[in-house]
Amino acid sequence: MSDYIIRAKGIKKYFGGVKALDGVDLEIKKGEVHCLAGENGCGKSTIINVISGFYTPDGGELEIDGVSYPKMTPQQSIAAGIQVIYQDLSVFPNLTVMENLALNMELASGRKFVSKKRFREIAKEAVAKINFEIDLDEKVENLSVADKQLIAISRALLNNAKLIIMDEPTTAITKKEVRALFSVIRDLQKQNIAILFVSHKLDEVFEIAERFTIFRNGKNTGAGDASELTQEKFTYYMTGREIKETPFVYEEKPGAQKVLEIKNLNLKNGFKNVNLSLGEGEILGITGLLGSGRTELVQALFGYHKADSGEIYIRGNKVEINTVKDGIKNGIGYVPPERIVEGVFLPQSIKENISIEKWDEWAGPLGIMNEKKIEEVVNEWVEKLRIKLHDINDPMNTLSGGNQQKCVLAKWLILDLNVLILNGPTVGVDIGAKFDIYELVKKLAANGLSVIIISDDIPEILSNCNRVIVMRRGEIVKEGLTKDMDEASLAEFAVAD
Amino acid sequence: MNNKTKKILHSSEFYVGVIIVLFCLLIQMRSGQFFTGNNLVDIIRSFSIPVMFCVGELMVLISGGVDCSFPAIASLSMFVVCKYMENVTTSPLPFFLVAALIGLVFGILNGVIIGKYRFPALIVTLGTSSICWGVMQGVFQSREYPLCPTLLAVGKAKLLTATNAETGLSSDLPMITVFMVLLLLLGWFILNKTMLGRGIYAIGGDIIAAKRAGFNVFGTTVFIYAFSGMMAGIIGVFRACMLQAVHPNNLEGLEMTAIAACVLGGVSITGGKGTVLQACLGMLLLTIVSNSLILLGISTHWQNVVTGLIIIAGTAATAIQNQRNAKKLAVKLTES
Repeated sequence: MSDYIIRAKGIKKYFGGVKALDGVDLEIKKGEVHCLAGENGCGKSTIINVISGFYTPDGGELEIDGVSYPKMTPQQSIAAGIQVIYQDLSVFPNLTVMENLALNMELASGRKFVSKKRFREIAKEAVAKINFEIDLDEKVENLSVADKQLIAISRALLNNAKLIIMDEPTTAITKKEVRALFSVIRDLQKQNIAILFVSHKLDEVFEIAERFTIFRNGKNTGAGDASELTQEKFTYYMTGREIKETPFVYEEKPGAQKVLEIKNLNLKNGFKNVNLSLGEGEILGITGLLGSGRTELVQALFGYHKADSGEIYIRGNKVEINTVKDGIKNGIGYVPPERIVEGVFLPQSIKENISIEKWDEWAGPLGIMNEKKIEEVVNEWVEKLRIKLHDINDPMNTLSGGNQQKCVLAKWLILDLNVLILNGPTVGVDIGAKFDIYELVKKLAANGLSVIIISDDIPEILSNCNRVIVMRRGEIVKEGLTKDMDEASLAEFAVAD
Repeated sequence: MNNKTKKILHSSEFYVGVIIVLFCLLIQMRSGQFFTGNNLVDIIRSFSIPVMFCVGELMVLISGGVDCSFPAIASLSMFVVCKYMENVTTSPLPFFLVAALIGLVFGILNGVIIGKYRFPALIVTLGTSSICWGVMQGVFQSREYPLCPTLLAVGKAKLLTATNAETGLSSDLPMITVFMVLLLLLGWFILNKTMLGRGIYAIGGDIIAAKRAGFNVFGTTVFIYAFSGMMAGIIGVFRACMLQAVHPNNLEGLEMTAIAACVLGGVSITGGKGTVLQACLGMLLLTIVSNSLILLGISTHWQNVVTGLIIIAGTAATAIQNQRNAKKLAVKLTES
């Protein structure tokens, strides 16, 4: 017996010429919550796949509970007590909760036929492990992400897990659900189950983890006790650069006209009595829980929904925004939270993605595009936004999340915008790219662009916006300058009932 | 209303069932001939072959694929056994076994290519379909051909005869419908009572999750297409028995009918969802429509138009519902 559930030493894994893991170490003690952090492509997923037996390492030693495994299959890994909860949760949306819980176990025991009775017993045993109450006959697609996560956790526990690996479990759930998840994790810890927790969020690491390991480019850059970490160290280990955030300073010009004014805007089941104004070069943050009406409000400004009543003024002129076309015509740009589905055409080229909103203007007679003009403008913005790419003719899906996000920004910046709306601009974006995006937004604001940012991340709003509003149940419940606010009180406003 | 009745009222089976009943009543009111023994037997006769094809198609659709090759596989197997085995044996069984074997080979070919290389099922099965038609016409010189006495007897074997006292017309309910019932039950059993069947749903729900859960995704995929192919071979011979002759091009286009019937019944075209009952109801509706328009005095030329309209209306209803849900607003505002 060993004190460590996992001891990985000098693990190497190459894909062709690419060194995904270049001799990394990872040690996890029994019953501890261990945080693994690093930017996209640092080798996090690769080490998880090595530990779970899906990849055979090209070098190094792997020890599970004191037993050395030179070559390990996924079955051996499961038998040794390793369970992975993937970011996509690996649940079957079309099947019931009961089947989702029982299928893996039944397959593992080599059953050929279905017994609803046995399925139900297994499912009941699984949910009892974390005292989780749920309708076992409900289809999983009708559940919230947090419930799906609990299903994945209870399923993992059926296999006498000693180590549960959770790949970014907090990205798609609300603050309240994170708290519930953490209490489940603490319960598991009491049963001497170790947790490897993959996360980028320092506040979460502080709250839940005892020790941490950070990778960069397939190498270890830091490891130790979580209590010793600071924000500066954490970002430095992950990005390899010193990131100093400069708070956004805004000075209102007296007597200047407001870029955007909203008066008594209402939308049934969306928001009500919203009054709002935005000056030139201002960055306004909007926060609130999911379902607080914040997204509906900005979608109505962009024309995705048509407001039922109220008035919108752009630079003092009353405008009607009934369709997305109206929104764009009035100089409103919107970057949606799910940029992958709503904001970009993944298989199309970067050039086409950036230039799409200008095609009408740049097309000559017969609709033939002025390619030279397009390339010139696209290259200009690629340079301005420091988008890392190989060739503007490459498809969009060759870029990382952060660079894709910058392309979506470029698409809007090519237009002469009055207001740029960013909804959750940094969800799923690396810390380095996140910093770049905010620096860029601040620079754009300094040049006179008015920006609205929607985010769950209150510290992010506080350091990057000059003014903030909090929404709850479709109404603005708090408005003020960020310098007069603090994180705790803002969060309080968002949830208070 | 309790949860269970609510679920039933929201199910597609319920709607299709209601439409079928209303349609039957309408025809009965207009013609007075719908609920007569011979008409009902006629409907079962024309229902039996297409619905058998639906079982294989259903499994493929649930797994997230599509099979366009079964009419070609069925026709090829049927033609080969009917032409080359008539003097070999006087027992019907070998005919079906050889046809099943030919179907199985092409089914496995589909399954291996789709399962191993993850090529789009539509293209792969269109390819094998084309190969089968080509082989049948080129290598075996297919043409209309008389059916051998052994198989004629299989087609003539009947469970009962229904005679319409008013018109004097009568129809036989063939023995083959017994096989139809068995195949439907087999389909239901595989899908609901075996881990293999749950694996088909799992693959259709999320193929990566299915792999991680330990399902044999490749093996299951091969099984699905092999099953569809093998059954196609057998059903092809049954078709010849029922028609009492070998019509090599008679099944062309049936793939679209089978897919349409499944989707109309509520089977998801994107995979993961569907039941044998849904496929049956969808096919029943299509069969009743095409069989009964004549009773309403509508020319048979309009059959295809009406069938097409029903398919579009049926799928459009679900699509519109989904779009509405996608843009629905649901913020709970404070009451003023």
